[in-house]
Amino acid sequence: MSGARSLMVALEKEGTNIVFGLPGGANLPIYDELYKSNIRHILVRHEQSASHMADGYGRVSRRPGVCFATSGPGATNIVTGIATAQADSSPMIAVTGQVPTKMIGKDAFQESDILGITNPIVKYAFQPMSAAEIPEVVKKAFYISSTGRPGPVLIDIPKDVQQNEVEMVFPSEVKIRGYHPWVDPDIKEIERAIDMLLTSERPIILAGGGVIISGAFAELQSIAELLMIPVVTTFKGKGSFPENHPLSLGPIGMHGHAEANKMMVEADCVLACGSRFSDRSVGTFEEFEKHLKIIHMDVDPAEIGKNQTTNVAVVGDVKTSLRIMVKMLIQKAMKRSGDNPWLKHVNETKEYFRQNLKLHPHPLGAAKVLRKLREVLPPQSIVTTEVGQHQMWASLFFDVIHPGTFFSSTGLGTMGWGFPAAIGAKAARPDVPVLDIAGEGSFNMTENSLAVSVLDNLPVIVFLMNNFSLGMVAQWQRTFYDRRMIGIDLKDCPDYVKIAEAYGAQGIRAETIEDVGKAVQTALKSNVATVIDIPIDPQEDVLPFVAPGTSLKDMILPS
Amino acid sequence: MWSIISVLVENKPGVLFKITNLFRAKNYNIDSISVGVTENPEFSKMTITTAAEEKQLNQIIKQLDKLIDTVEVKLLDEKKSIYRELVLMKIKVNKPSDIMEITDLANAFKCNVHDVRKSSIIVEITATPDRIDAFEDLIRGYGILEIARTGICALERGYRDES
Repeated sequence: MSGARSLMVALEKEGTNIVFGLPGGANLPIYDELYKSNIRHILVRHEQSASHMADGYGRVSRRPGVCFATSGPGATNIVTGIATAQADSSPMIAVTGQVPTKMIGKDAFQESDILGITNPIVKYAFQPMSAAEIPEVVKKAFYISSTGRPGPVLIDIPKDVQQNEVEMVFPSEVKIRGYHPWVDPDIKEIERAIDMLLTSERPIILAGGGVIISGAFAELQSIAELLMIPVVTTFKGKGSFPENHPLSLGPIGMHGHAEANKMMVEADCVLACGSRFSDRSVGTFEEFEKHLKIIHMDVDPAEIGKNQTTNVAVVGDVKTSLRIMVKMLIQKAMKRSGDNPWLKHVNETKEYFRQNLKLHPHPLGAAKVLRKLREVLPPQSIVTTEVGQHQMWASLFFDVIHPGTFFSSTGLGTMGWGFPAAIGAKAARPDVPVLDIAGEGSFNMTENSLAVSVLDNLPVIVFLMNNFSLGMVAQWQRTFYDRRMIGIDLKDCPDYVKIAEAYGAQGIRAETIEDVGKAVQTALKSNVATVIDIPIDPQEDVLPFVAPGTSLKDMILPS
Repeated sequence: MWSIISVLVENKPGVLFKITNLFRAKNYNIDSISVGVTENPEFSKMTITTAAEEKQLNQIIKQLDKLIDTVEVKLLDEKKSIYRELVLMKIKVNKPSDIMEITDLANAFKCNVHDVRKSSIIVEITATPDRIDAFEDLIRGYGILEIARTGICALERGYRDES
């Protein structure tokens, strides 16, 4: 069996039934075997989109998405996608072609040292130098990518290794000496955590992306309800807890909800689940250390103490740790009444900001547009975002009701991620509507995936909040650079309705709030991709705003 | 103050690159690094010294541990380890009597003397870094022409099942 054939067999054994990619000289043997296999191929227009599609597929299905690219430029084109997956702990397998082994290091045509280039941004990388290694490499790649803290794994296969015919052995399991993703949480630490939560006066739960990755939604909700603790999330953890739940305060951070930031600052004990205390979430760290007892649960031991000193650390899968915690609470009949001064204060604060926070007066203000979207979009729909103002408005004004239905490039902040990721999500969940909350600056970067969405029958909705500029940069120039506006004006170009139509998709311009609602309903009924172009106000800022390098308590509110 | 980290790694291409690239990417500093195959050819042992403060040192160890190609990462306790560095020094010979003086100093430090010439002499010293520094101080007056250091290599004393 050839190396390329064994790759297909191994992928099928791992349950892969779809790959996103683009062929080229150095991966043609792989494509020739793809032709003969049952795996569905989605032909992209640029390899970066293939990696984002695999990423979106992986986040939604919680199994590695697979993308293919050829050597050289094909491989370097997926670098951004790999870095995005790594920053957000997303399971992904990238298979690249490489020049034949004899040509490596000779600066051959379309040769790039992709192992060297991607080293800091992969969880692991393989370069099988003989065909016989491929079955084990694939098995190990899936194991590494999907266990512990998930991440991208690269398999770089020289062309002659794809072509060589050898006897293949497909291992049923693999062991890796230096890799131990399963850590049993320390029961004593969980007991200490419970004590700390019960003895604190102003506890809060900070739910991060780890809750979504491990699918610990029910466990998280049980703990919040048993102990009546309000829940804030990081942006990556948005939607790990139903945002219409009475205990939900929404995301904290640079553009967090006012009530979430305020309560985070006032809390005396935080249970941080699968969160890494990123600068965008917590502002300056020193403010946290002063008065706050921190319980940190994470599957990655290296996260404990990386950004934040903790009082109690529970290393292990967040779902497992939380489940043990729930069990202990139930066994010992430990509960906490919601009738306490802290929760009363939390609810009053929440109510205050809901009543008093000024919203942008424009008829197509971000809050109005996104609340209209929430009204008409079924709650089980999957939502992705691009990166920029629209993303932060989504964080503020679009409530996630069904846990684990909201995905964004939160760590790397990759513009152009949301649309291809939505297509990948649609491939994983064809049964639910998938919508990308987009800005035109980001959509511009990967809009050629409209061809994929149309031709491969993966219809998604692009909810384009068009302010004709790179809005977030514009906001920073208005706020920090004395309104010296440069490099932000995208003008009214292109016409996104025509762009959609040119690709055979549906384009709708929505110029009133009623139009927005109707357009989403039309898109939901359509079996073809729809771009809804919504001309919003270029002058609207995202508020509240915690300026970089400051603390959550210094949050700037709309005036 | 520097610390000694002993890292057992898979003996395969690219692993040294991954380790040093980790230090670079995280903005940690390597003071010295020595690498060699162990008694089991499947593994290599790296001895890394770094002048990190405690919090950063903890992170370095965790990040090294997180690498899939590292099998064991240990922070060595100086008091419970043997650690040595080998240094070759080319020293200037200014006048004939220097040869005798340098050789005497070298003997006092249990060094080997090589390549004695009219104008230079090479001394090989294997010792702890502070002893090497002391020797270097004494010899500096003659003029050090070149130095090559191996970096520290270290082993814990005793056997793990003991005590």
